[in-house]
This record gives sequence, C-alpha cells and structure tokens, in this order.
Amino acid sequence: MQEHWVVIKNLSFHRAERPIFQGVDINIPRGKITAIMGPSGCGKTTLLRLIGGQLLPEKGEIRVDGHLIPSLSRKQLYRVRREMGFLFQTGALFTNLSVFENVAFPLREHTDLPESFIRDVVLMKLEAVGLRGARDLMPNELSGGMARRVALARAIALDPKLIMYDEPFTGLDPLALGVIVKLIKELNTALGLTSILVSHDVQETLSIADYVYVIAEGRVVGEGTPEAMLQDKSPWVTQFIRGLPDGVVPFHYPTATDYKKDLYL
Amino acid sequence: MRNWLTTTGDKGLRYCDHVGRSGIFLFHTLYRCPRPVKSFPLLLEQLYAVGVLSLSIIIVSSLFIGMVVGLQGYHTLSRFGATQQLGQLVALSVVRELGPVVTALLFAGRAGSALTAEIGLMKATDQLASMEMMGVDPLWRVVSPRFWAGVISMPVLAVLFSALAIWGGYLVGVKWLGVDPGSFWNNMQSSVDFRLDVVNGLIKSGVFGVVVTWIAVFQGYDCVPTAAGIARSTTRSVVYASLTVLGLDFILTTMMMGGW
Repeated sequence: MQEHWVVIKNLSFHRAERPIFQGVDINIPRGKITAIMGPSGCGKTTLLRLIGGQLLPEKGEIRVDGHLIPSLSRKQLYRVRREMGFLFQTGALFTNLSVFENVAFPLREHTDLPESFIRDVVLMKLEAVGLRGARDLMPNELSGGMARRVALARAIALDPKLIMYDEPFTGLDPLALGVIVKLIKELNTALGLTSILVSHDVQETLSIADYVYVIAEGRVVGEGTPEAMLQDKSPWVTQFIRGLPDGVVPFHYPTATDYKKDLYL
Repeated sequence: MRNWLTTTGDKGLRYCDHVGRSGIFLFHTLYRCPRPVKSFPLLLEQLYAVGVLSLSIIIVSSLFIGMVVGLQGYHTLSRFGATQQLGQLVALSVVRELGPVVTALLFAGRAGSALTAEIGLMKATDQLASMEMMGVDPLWRVVSPRFWAGVISMPVLAVLFSALAIWGGYLVGVKWLGVDPGSFWNNMQSSVDFRLDVVNGLIKSGVFGVVVTWIAVFQGYDCVPTAAGIARSTTRSVVYASLTVLGLDFILTTMMMGGW
C-alpha cells in the first residue's frame, strides 16, 4: 500500500501561450486532507481537472492510486473516475432531477442495485449531510450552501477513495460555511477518504488541512503543515497567508505603458 | 493583402478543425454501445421532448401549407381547365419536397434549438463535466439519446406532415372550391409512385434527421460555456441546419431525378 494516493511529478501545462504549471511536484498523502492554495487564476481548478483526466498535461507524470492518468484509455479512465468524488464550485447538480435523484444518479448509472437498496443508500448519504428532509426538492429550490451539501452527498454516493473539493467555501454565509468545513473534516475521518481541497480561503482551509501546498506563478512556492505555513518566512507565503495587498504579487496587473502617459498627461 | 490571406487561411483552418471535431464527435456518439435496459427510458424521454412536443407546430403548419398549395394550385390549374389534376399537384409537391424540407426546417427551429440550448447550458453549469468526473460518459448519457430521438422523430413527423398537408389540400380543393373528390383522389393515386415519390421523400427526411440533430447536439456540446456563447451556438444551430437542409435537398433531388 503506497503512502501517497496521488503523485504529481514535474508537471507542465500551458493554456493559450500562458504557462499555468512549470515543473510542479505534489504528493497527496493517503487518508489526509491536503490543501492546495494560491491566488485566483493560478491554476488550482486546472490541477484538479488534470488529476481527474479531463485535461492532459504537456509534460510530467500524474499518478492516481498507481494509475498513470494521461496514458489511460477512455474506458480505463472512466473506471478510475468511479473511485473519485469531485465537488464542483457551483455544485453542478442536474437541474432536471430532484435532490434524491441527483444523489441516486451515480448509483443508478454504475450499479444494478435494487431500488430499495438505492433508496437506503441515498437516504444515508443525505442524512450524513443533514438534508434527508430535502430529498424531494428540486435544485433550483436550494440555497447555495444546501446545493453544495447535496453535491457532496452525490460525490460520496459511490464511496470514493479520493475526493476533490473545488473552492468549497466560496460564496457561503458563515453558517453554511461552518457546516461545510465540519462536513469535509468529518467525512474524511469517518470514511477514511483522501481529500484534496482547493481553496483560497486561508482561515477555513488551514483549520482543517493536514498538509498545505501554496501555488503561484506555475510553481509550488511553499509547502508544509498549517502550523509551519503560519511560521513561514518566504515572501510569497507570507503575503498570501496574511492577505497583504501588495508584495511579491503586485497590486497592479502588469502593463507596458506608464500611468501618466496612459492618461495623456 | 497579406493580412487578408492570413485571416482567410486562419478562418479556413478553423472551419476544417470544426468540421473534423464534429465528425469525431458523431463517431464517438454512435460508437458508444448503449446498454439497452438503461438507455431505453432515456430514449423514450427524449422522443417525447423532441418528437411529441414538436407535433403541434408540425400539425398546424402542415395543414396551412396544404391549404395554400391547394388554393394556389386550383387557381393556376383552372386557367388550363385542369382542376381535376389538383390532387396530383398537391400530393407530389408535398410528398417530394415540402414534407421533408419544411418539417426539417421547423424541426431545426423547434427541437434543434432546444437541444443546443439545453446541452450548452448543461455544459456552462458544469453538469457535463461533473458527469464525466462521476465516470458517466455524457456522450452516451446525454448526447446519444437526443441524437437518436431526433433521427427517429424526423421521418415520422415528415410522414405526418405530408398526410395532413394532403388533407389540407383536399379541404380547400374539394370541400371549398368544389373539385370532384373522385378525380382528386384518383389522379393522386395514379400519379404518385410509391418507390420514386414516397420512399424518396422518406430517404430525404431520414438524411435531414441525421444532419439537423447532429448539428444541434454538436453545437450545444461545442459551445463557449457563457450566456453569449450559448446564444451564438443556438443561432448557429438553426442557421447551419436550415442551410444544410436546403443545400442537401437540392443535391438529393438531383441524385433522385437522375435515376438513382
């Protein structure tokens, strides 16, 4: 049994001229919550899509549970994905299906379980996220926090080994936020999951992560336990963790023209 | 001049890329071997959405088109004293041309645009991506049932269109303008050939069914996942489908007339 569930070596990826990753190495330890942090637009979501095989890297290795993701056939890839849960930022619930049917969807697609069994599993998953009472609602009747909890129940419906959270804290009110933070932590312990948490919300992330990577400008600029990150002296990490407006990451988007010239002064 | 060449070349390349991708897309959609037990309810659902819900527009427009053809035909034929040939005129123009073509155009507007917008919106809200991440291929779960529903519905709708249009022509010609019903039906029966007219019309609508649905689902699947992107794709879906149908109709008719 290997120690790391996901191993990324020397990963490079471009998107239309712009380099997103240049030689990134990341190891995701089994059974832990690993946070990937970094400013918006640094490619955190891209990283998750690379791990899930929705994008192909230009260079480097991505291994999930020993499978070399970019070299898998379509069929093998879909098989490996059944072991992964993915929580989208928006929830991405199927809008034409009720809450119950949304959670039942992966079960119906991948198994031939009898209806009574599916019902039990769905209700158990919904109970885990505290929404058993909302099973008959449609996605457009849910608040943002509830939609994300339903999506979480759906992501764990097939009991995956790995779960990836894409910005799970964005746009939630403090109550919903607290619930999601608690759920991520509890699910990880209770189900023995390996979790990858992509976020730029420093407080919440540091409170539940076991290990943190900070990404900026296509590389890993800092890594360590949350305590170590708070002590870290490197300018990147300090600016990001403390939320300073100006530093290594300039406040201004780079421009070639002088401010005064731009204003015709 | 050089600039112009670059832009044209660029556009040409992008066009080829687009056509190539749509070909690969169709191949993958057809290639996915659907599991009959699980796919059948999905197909039924789409047959309802794509086919049954298009019925009202097909019924109303076919009746009116048949009535107009009957009226126009009667007035032209009456100049030559040949009004008893009205049945033949209505049946041939409807079965050979108007049935398949107008059905395809209406279908592109009613069902094609809905397919594009639906798939596009599913893409924009990450529903397709989340399906992929669950290990469910959206090509067979979402695209394949919609594609087959379109391919199956189109000929059925076209047959219905032709039948109702002929009835519309009969209403105007026989019931209103007083053409003899015997000669109306008799002339129709003796001049419409099953193989050359009815079957050829069916072949046309089958081809249109594939093309219109293919364009619709591909435009949805390939759209830029923003509000403006979906709007553009939906427009494109209807415009491309309509133009392709009209162009193909000419080619198919030439082949059929040429004794194919």
